[in-house]
Amino acid sequence: MPEPKREILDRKDEIVAHLRSLVPGEGVIVKEAELQAYESDGLTAYRATPMVVVLPSTVEQVSNVMAYCHELGIRVVPRGAGTSLSGGALPLTDGILLGLGKFNQILDIDYDNRCVVAQPGVTNLGITRAVEHEGFYYAPDPSSQIACSIGGNVAENSGGVHCLKYGLTTNNVLGVQMVLIDGTVVRLGGKHLDSEGYDLLGLITGSEGLLGVVTEVTVRILKQPESARAVLLGFPSNEQAGDTVAGIISSGIVPAGVEMMDKPAIRAAEDFVKAGYPLDVEALLICELDGPESEVEELLGRVSRIAEDNGATYERVSKDDEERAKFWAGRKAAFPAVGRITPDYYCMDGTIPRHQLAHVLSRMREMSEHYGLGVANVFHAGDGNLHPLIMYDANEGNQLERAEEFGADILKLCVQVGGVLTGEHGVGVEKRDLMGEMFTEIDLDTQQRVKCAFDRDGLLNPGKMFPTLSNCAEMGKMHIHRGKLPFPDIPRF
Amino acid sequence: MAETRPDKPQGDKLQGGKLQHDTFRPDTREQLAELVTWAASEEAPLEVAGAGSKRGLGRPMQTRATVDLTGFRGIELYEPEELILKAGAGTPIQELVAELERNHQAFAFEPPDLAPLLGGSAGQGTLGGAVACNLAGPRRVKAGAARDHFLGYNGVNGRGENYKSGGRVVKNVTGYDLCKLMAGSYGTLTLMTDITMKVLPASEATRTVLLTGLDVPVAVRALTAGLCSSYEVSGAAHLPAEVAQTSAVGEVAQAGGPVTALRLEGPPKSVEHRANKIAQVVTEFGRAEELGHDDSLALWAEIRDVKPFVGLDATAVWRVSVPPASGPRVAERLRGLDERASLFLDWGGGLLWLALPEGEDARHAEVRAALGDTGGHATLIKANDGVRAKVPVFQPQEAGLEALSKNIKDGFDPKRLLNPGRMYAGV
Repeated sequence: MPEPKREILDRKDEIVAHLRSLVPGEGVIVKEAELQAYESDGLTAYRATPMVVVLPSTVEQVSNVMAYCHELGIRVVPRGAGTSLSGGALPLTDGILLGLGKFNQILDIDYDNRCVVAQPGVTNLGITRAVEHEGFYYAPDPSSQIACSIGGNVAENSGGVHCLKYGLTTNNVLGVQMVLIDGTVVRLGGKHLDSEGYDLLGLITGSEGLLGVVTEVTVRILKQPESARAVLLGFPSNEQAGDTVAGIISSGIVPAGVEMMDKPAIRAAEDFVKAGYPLDVEALLICELDGPESEVEELLGRVSRIAEDNGATYERVSKDDEERAKFWAGRKAAFPAVGRITPDYYCMDGTIPRHQLAHVLSRMREMSEHYGLGVANVFHAGDGNLHPLIMYDANEGNQLERAEEFGADILKLCVQVGGVLTGEHGVGVEKRDLMGEMFTEIDLDTQQRVKCAFDRDGLLNPGKMFPTLSNCAEMGKMHIHRGKLPFPDIPRF
Repeated sequence: MAETRPDKPQGDKLQGGKLQHDTFRPDTREQLAELVTWAASEEAPLEVAGAGSKRGLGRPMQTRATVDLTGFRGIELYEPEELILKAGAGTPIQELVAELERNHQAFAFEPPDLAPLLGGSAGQGTLGGAVACNLAGPRRVKAGAARDHFLGYNGVNGRGENYKSGGRVVKNVTGYDLCKLMAGSYGTLTLMTDITMKVLPASEATRTVLLTGLDVPVAVRALTAGLCSSYEVSGAAHLPAEVAQTSAVGEVAQAGGPVTALRLEGPPKSVEHRANKIAQVVTEFGRAEELGHDDSLALWAEIRDVKPFVGLDATAVWRVSVPPASGPRVAERLRGLDERASLFLDWGGGLLWLALPEGEDARHAEVRAALGDTGGHATLIKANDGVRAKVPVFQPQEAGLEALSKNIKDGFDPKRLLNPGRMYAGV
């Protein structure tokens, strides 16, 4: 992480006093015991105590705090619900942790325009809860949807189990209000469908709190499908399950969701949730289809035939919505379920081209033996997003270091086979040092110049996403070489 | 040879004169980077072009040379079962669509062909052009625009650097999503050389539920009812009488009044079922007629390509994006601008295509005033060079956003070499 700024820490009392004038009441926290609640997010292996936590409740306060920080050169780490799995909200010891938890209101429900305007601290599920009585829902559904905030979803471009058909956060956000580091408040998008000018809305979605602080979000809502059914399919091998997914998709079916779990994950989930999963299979698929009943019926038949052709040994179709919810409950609880059988686990998030699945899983088994650590796999099989859960015990010797090395090896493998480091959890502090596996220095400089366009002084969430801090003055320079005309090699007309 | 100066005939090169304008067609990224490096040292602004089919869209530019990217052509990777396609940015989009069709797949964003509207011939546009302008057809309401299907690219920025962003998998949050920034940047940030897109299965069947005789506010209520249903409406448009009668689809042209259309796509049985359901949903708005598969394809292609306004002389065409429910209010104001103004609505009321006499300034101030407080925006898609040089083609930005746009341009293209001024002065 960036070296703490001595000159800021020395002025802490003065800074706190000024912040109290900007955010009156109980919105400024400095007591050691209270700061502890903010020292890590969902990636608990990384911890730091922030200099001060600020919990503003109005956009004006956010703007004033940001302008003040900009003026003094104080670093700011924004935080939603703190469920990030990549350390996106890891505090800085010389910085302000800016919590958006008080922004928890839904501001507007607009069925005619099929959208909801919410403050960033509203939970993902809270949006669906607000509109479900009218038969609407918000499509992206990360497993943490009960707790994670919509502002955090925008920062991380969160996915979920239904994003193969319905897209990620970025495909479902219509607009945001955002405060820039100098306190300027801007609006990107709105209730209309297209952005004007550069698509800054698309750019800030998934920018991990490095470009601005989102203070309001407009999301698209959809009407619930007429019907939805899920089928559990069990296989004697991961390969057969993988081939089935490829078969389903190449036959022209886009399921609402296709999830895969390997044996250790199935067992852990079943022990925890009693979802009714078979325990005598090596791999389990949960495939959901939605639409008119007759269409769902027909597609289920096609999926079932493809599974049988690939050697499925188990099949069970949900008979009602309750059972369908139960099928999903097992999958959505897979992380805590694994958490029950191991003192600690480390959740990875690579994406691979789907046809590489068998290869990647078998390499992972070898690595598991090499590092002497178990691994359970859950997999958004439709879009190739892999979540290996490495099991370890932080109190046992060097298991944490081994788990981290194992994780890094998995991600490097993902990149080698044509995939990427992270599908939906973000880079954060966790994967920033691996960025060089995927990007060249020029690729990274190009991205860092985007950071410079928003935050020249590198005050917003520095130390995340990039292996080095941005030096905007240096990176902005353009070195001109003498041009060489007449380009003997380039066809001219 | 491509030209950017309207007063200069094609192919004319004034040897030794100040107006020399070259066109370069590099085949490799190294050549392209070399070209940009030369342009930087010469301070020679470059026109970035694919096939040039949308050259008339945007502010006119003064450039020293054209970079023709059609040398980057062909499919590099197509894996139907992975739902991805990677191709050279200069590949004609028709070629790609044909290849996708052979595998029963499609670009779900339904790329429009705006070339005929802009005075060119159909079927010329490239993948890079479609993405750089972030085009989207009627399916925007369900499937999004080019931006929503754009996974990764390689290209050369205005610093002469080869770089890449994104990847070849459909789910990826590694680093900033620069694809979003490129989509809709009109070639002002990077010369993209190859592009990876998400593709999806094509619909087996298409039907359209038609209502006739509705005025705009009632029509948008009917479209809203359809879009708020569970029946996956994938097109929702309203054609006033004078627009409907230009259609090549008999039932639409002969409706004798305005036509409101809702599209359903998918497996045949499902489409039939949903078309019946939609007819019930809109029953309060009148008796629904239905268009079959072929007529539906023809009608939605007309709407997608703005066919009703193709070939109109001395006419400016605006594209206005607003919250769908505000469509009728804005439409009424726009129609009031001129008795010869004509418009139609797509995206359930959220997209208005407006044609009106070009005049001196395409009535830009009044068109934008008509947006009121909707938060929407208007783009002047078609007008002669003189008008486009004079009026803001893209919606003017607030100071905060304007500053960000310039900062971003600084990062990618500090010397303003790539399509300078095409979107905004100074960008």
